[in-house]
Amino acid sequence: MAKFKTHMLVCGGTGCRASASDVLYENLKKEVKEKGLENDVQVVTTGCFGFCEQGPIVKMIPDNTFYVGVQPKDAADIVAEHALKGRKVDRLLYKDPVKKEHVPDSKHMGFYKKQIRIALRNCGLIDPENVNEYLAADGYEALGKVLLEMTPEEAIQIVIDSGLRGRGGGGFPTGVKWKIAQGVKGAQKYVVCNADEGDPGAFMDRSILEGDPHTVLEAMAINGYCIGATKGLIYIRAEYPLAIHRLKVAIAQAREYGLLGEDILGSGYNFDIELRYGAGAFVCGEETALIHSMEGHRGEPTFKPPFPAESGYLGMPTNVNNVETYANIPVIFNKGAKWFASIGTEKSKGTKVFALAGKINNVGLIEVPMGITLREVIFEIGGGIKGGKKFKAVQTGGPSGGCLTEKHLDTPIDYDNLIASGSMMGSGGMIVMDEDDCMVSVAKFYLDFTVEESCGKCSPCRIGNKRLYEILEKITKGHGAMDDLDKLRNLSNVIKDTSLCGLGQTSPNPVLSTLDNFYDEYLAHITEGKCFASQCKDLIKYEIIPENCVGCTACARNCPVNCISGERKQIHLIDQSLCIKCGACMEKCKFNAVTII
Amino acid sequence: MTSVKLKLKENDVKKIQEICKSFNNEPGELINVLHKTQEYFGYLPAEVQEEVAEGLGISVAKVYGVVTFYSFFTMLPKGRYPISVCTGTACYVRGAEKVLDEFKRILKVAVGETTPDGKYSITCLRCVGACGLAPVVMVGDKTYGRVTTDGVKDILKEYENE
Ligand SMILES: Cc1cc2nc3c(=O)[nH]c(=O)nc-3n(C[C@H](O)[C@H](O)[C@H](O)COP(=O)(O)O)c2cc1C
Ligand code: SF4
Ligand code: SF4
Ligand code: FES
Repeated sequence: MAKFKTHMLVCGGTGCRASASDVLYENLKKEVKEKGLENDVQVVTTGCFGFCEQGPIVKMIPDNTFYVGVQPKDAADIVAEHALKGRKVDRLLYKDPVKKEHVPDSKHMGFYKKQIRIALRNCGLIDPENVNEYLAADGYEALGKVLLEMTPEEAIQIVIDSGLRGRGGGGFPTGVKWKIAQGVKGAQKYVVCNADEGDPGAFMDRSILEGDPHTVLEAMAINGYCIGATKGLIYIRAEYPLAIHRLKVAIAQAREYGLLGEDILGSGYNFDIELRYGAGAFVCGEETALIHSMEGHRGEPTFKPPFPAESGYLGMPTNVNNVETYANIPVIFNKGAKWFASIGTEKSKGTKVFALAGKINNVGLIEVPMGITLREVIFEIGGGIKGGKKFKAVQTGGPSGGCLTEKHLDTPIDYDNLIASGSMMGSGGMIVMDEDDCMVSVAKFYLDFTVEESCGKCSPCRIGNKRLYEILEKITKGHGAMDDLDKLRNLSNVIKDTSLCGLGQTSPNPVLSTLDNFYDEYLAHITEGKCFASQCKDLIKYEIIPENCVGCTACARNCPVNCISGERKQIHLIDQSLCIKCGACMEKCKFNAVTII
Repeated sequence: MTSVKLKLKENDVKKIQEICKSFNNEPGELINVLHKTQEYFGYLPAEVQEEVAEGLGISVAKVYGVVTFYSFFTMLPKGRYPISVCTGTACYVRGAEKVLDEFKRILKVAVGETTPDGKYSITCLRCVGACGLAPVVMVGDKTYGRVTTDGVKDILKEYENE
């Protein structure tokens, strides 16, 4: 990267692309060419910077200027001002929401201050479609070291010593898993990367694959060498076209450079990687289901043991790890197990990537050391709750996790603390909710997901979750009874205890944790027919307050079903029998004359 | 699951056979074959599944079992402008349900259905990875972010005269 004076890094992640960052990239290139700066300025498409809320993002190197919300038409100004004259384009700089000042570079942004980037180290820094940039960032150095200087046992010991635990949800120690797989004999062993990422609202793995695909390939090769496998498979969702494309490019380049294939780096070790596509089934993230799906079957889980390490893909010993787990591996070898183990808490080492989303100011991808508190994540990195509303809950662990509240804000985040608080780490989705979210509805939302995604193999999960959903629906419609709460709890426990796989064993968690933490909301729905958050349509009514109504007709003009009557300058009236409770009238009324009762 | 009756043309049969062959007629490649076949036909009606079963030497029941297991595979044709509303958690908490309701109301079709003129279909999908833009709607390959109920009309307007 040395020869250019300035590098313009344009985010090419899915989020920014959806806001035309690819057009922006083309425009920047065109402007650079027109100004004759091709030898001084390099325009690069990178992976995600994490600050998705205000994308598209352009970052300037070396001064770290961080432009947000950049539109294709802004390319001319960036090149003419910043690249040519060295003047920052103020209007595109990130504005601190509290101080209301422009922030000159990324180092001064609250969003980045507490982050430590290990798994995401290259995301947003290198061109993911150019292996040379990965190589320049110490890429494949770890693989060289392992293949040429270490025995598999020595390499596995380093992973054990690092304390790395699986980032796919379970948190099983990675080194121990490798050791078990190494100890099993088989004619052909397999290394599988789980890139199914089914948790809705989570996009950590995809961002790693889009931003730094080689790191996963390198780690899989190391994994293969350690356990004695020559074949690797990446199971990736078909819904991730960009990540698939970048993986294909990366695999081809790695083969060309002799980093995959026969006799890697002259070590005599052979290893190659193929892609396998998922087809939209959450349960396929579970490792036994994933293996069945790769074999071309319905993705139904099977009982463990046997674990994949004993009998996995095509009945052979198989080691399954998650994308983010792999992304940590090369760094552990480059910087040492001790360094890695120095970050984090006693039992959870290193960092965790979270996809921060929901009612939060800075939606995006963050990587933080284990042991950081939820408060730091939500209020410092996340910039607090959107629209100045009140924080209510944060959901971690996706459909398997639970909702944490105010009282958990100062708990250090690690695998064990989250479980003790009634949630779990999961894969890293973190959804923030505010006072406008109804927690009974949230539980219902997750159950709806589970019911749809249950593979149907075992009855507690197939039938039990459906019953849970029905009870929740009854409560949100205002027909709940007190004994429904006991039923919810009892049924939840039965489903947890008797389901075959992790999906059913964790699916009642959203119900149990909201029952524990928001019992009063359930009560209000049942005994008073009230939804505090005014979200349950059957429990609310939109009404016009005659004293406030000036007869501006704004509500009537915007009502999609024309159920508001009233002449100009006359008090308006809503016909309750036709109202679909969309809320448009309330949004449009400038006089606070529409209210929910 | 309902299905659409369809008479396969000779060309179509040949295409399916080619796809199967490109995967060495290997039964284990069923899912990859289905991906490619759906790419070509747009959906997987019963007649197509029968050909695939034939091509891989497996039972139609096995193919049907796999097609209906995975939500990515569909037995119904999509509209010319397939509308997908993200109902992932991030989009849900930022109002995806209301947006979905508005599409359903205006187009008068339910999720999974296509308008009678074959123009639009509505499906839900879970997280397209653009949660920063929640709620997200896709029409074909085009992504719309921060969609409001009001915005639904404007999106549909773009396709009005096509
Ligand atoms: C219902 C269910 C869904 C899962 N989904 C994923 C997933 O999307 N990605 C993932 O890496 N692991 C997922 N897992 C965990 C995997 O079964 C497995 O533990 C993991 O891939 C192992 O890798 P790790 O040790 O590196 O975390 C899921 C588990 C269950 C029970
Ligand atoms: S717990 Fe649910 S998802 Fe898991 S095997 Fe049973 S039915 Fe299938
Ligand atoms: S809530 Fe919607 S449907 Fe009901 S009166 Fe207001 S605008 Fe009309
Ligand atoms: S939840 Fe809709 S894009 Fe992620």
